[in-house]
Amino acid sequence: MGVAHTFGDDINTDYIIASSRKRDTVDPQKLARYLMEDIRPGFGLQVKKGDFLVAGRNFGCGSAMEIAPLVVMAAGIRAVIAKSYARSFYRNAINLGLLVLEADTDSIDEGDLLEIDHSGFIHDVTKGERIQARPFPPLIKDILDAGGIIPYMERKYPRSSP
Amino acid sequence: MGKTIAEKILGYHAGGEVKAGDFVLAKADLMMGNDGSLPLVFEASRRIREFGVRSPEKTIMVLDHYCPSPSKEVSRLQEEIRDFAREYDCLLYDCGEGICHRLLPENGHVLPGMLVVGADSHTVTYGALNLFATGVGSTDLAVAMNWGMLWFRVPETIRLQIDGNLPRGVFAKDIALYIVGSMGSSGAASHAIEFRGSAIDEMDVEGRLTLCNMMVETGAKAAIMPFDEMTDCWLKPLKIQGDHEPVKADDDAHYEREIAYDISGLEPQIAFPHEVDNVQPISSTRGVRIDMAFLGTCTNGGPEDFKTAARILRERRVHPGVRFIVSPASRKVVEEALADGSYQTLIESGAMINPPGCGPCVGAHGGIPADHTNVLSTANRNFLGRMGNREANIYLCSPATLAASVVRGEITDPREFLA
Ligand code: SF4
Repeated sequence: MGVAHTFGDDINTDYIIASSRKRDTVDPQKLARYLMEDIRPGFGLQVKKGDFLVAGRNFGCGSAMEIAPLVVMAAGIRAVIAKSYARSFYRNAINLGLLVLEADTDSIDEGDLLEIDHSGFIHDVTKGERIQARPFPPLIKDILDAGGIIPYMERKYPRSSP
Repeated sequence: MGKTIAEKILGYHAGGEVKAGDFVLAKADLMMGNDGSLPLVFEASRRIREFGVRSPEKTIMVLDHYCPSPSKEVSRLQEEIRDFAREYDCLLYDCGEGICHRLLPENGHVLPGMLVVGADSHTVTYGALNLFATGVGSTDLAVAMNWGMLWFRVPETIRLQIDGNLPRGVFAKDIALYIVGSMGSSGAASHAIEFRGSAIDEMDVEGRLTLCNMMVETGAKAAIMPFDEMTDCWLKPLKIQGDHEPVKADDDAHYEREIAYDISGLEPQIAFPHEVDNVQPISSTRGVRIDMAFLGTCTNGGPEDFKTAARILRERRVHPGVRFIVSPASRKVVEEALADGSYQTLIESGAMINPPGCGPCVGAHGGIPADHTNVLSTANRNFLGRMGNREANIYLCSPATLAASVVRGEITDPREFLA
């Protein structure tokens, strides 16, 4: 179980991690404390391992750098749940093994306790509601289950047998 | 059901029939990274156990963003790229050779029917030669280098029908700006674009490269031109070894949308700060003074662009209030421009010429604008801060409009100079 932290539409990758912070280091572990700093100061220090980022439409728009999903992961976020994603953020998240669920997030409020199960349901424990996330295509599900594209490929195509 | 070009190329490389919406693993024919993206690709490669480059002959590295190097940090990164290319035997184009998106078509690396991935968003440019080329992330490129393949969602296709005769003084760049302006910056998000129509039939590959290059500004994943005599005539002098397979869409292919433009009455177009889709025809652009002008980039740094600019600048002088900076897209462009005299014409007119490469396009060096100044550029992006200064305004246009404007010192319709 984890706590929901809610954000609006069009959360861009510069909000996720400010460019000014990236100037000093590109180490996601060091950057995690600055997660969402510009729109919610101090957030990166409050967020706990297993928490959820909940957002509206077009999450992760803007520059396509992988550092954004890497920082979200380094902060311990269990999954992002949004109405929709920018293509590059979505692709990068899948590649890195960050769970990015697409669902109607209107009913989820800040502080709700959430749980996700293997059949793609989001349980809002606080409200006693169940939200269906959009199912992943098989290939994407396999990549996420493996923990990202690299572990997926390593398992499927060990280097010696192309 | 018939297939689009994107469906055919991705299906062929995935080893089976595919349709829009499918998720597939597909083999890439060519992988490209540049000094803007490779440092992060190397970082991603360290997460792969026993990383190696599977097909060095298909892996091309280009130093183009920061050439010659402006700092010792960049020099160190470029050394790492050289070391990596040497260690894995990849083909390297070093500083001074030119911009990746010019070099790959120019040297016959990208051919009809191919599936090409590059860690750079303007990789879509290569679609001008009837292939599927798309920009990918750093983990993607590391995976493709190691395994020779990566995953794709087969995109839906939008068909752009472009008909009509291009008026005098109006160029492929104007069509590109017009399309981006009318479709908007996410008008083709995650889609493939297929071009056709009489204006496309008449357009040479140089124009097609410009047009495909800019389609990423509509959010397109790939932009693909038909194969025809224009393509053939461009490829012939390259004396390509090995086979390549032109791809044609089926007559009953399914398009998500079909959009038709008639460009017969098109005027030169200008993208206003700070969005590429903020486009106006030149007739409604009055009295915009310019302080700096930039001819170059992977959009408009080719030999035809030099020729067009030189035609207007012959026996004319750059306005004293304008810093006119030129970056040829490749060494071959310099050679051609020297041979046909356009290089000399530009210098005589008062231009400063950078070595081949991206130049000031991303604000790394080679001409960073001052605060509160207006820049007119032939590049593909005018975002706030794009050229290294958030206090400058960037306007985008064709090389002809640029040349006319540097003479007058304000944004000027090139048609009066091209009688
Ligand atoms: S010229 Fe500009 S847009 Fe083209 S590859 Fe270089 S930096 Fe990117």
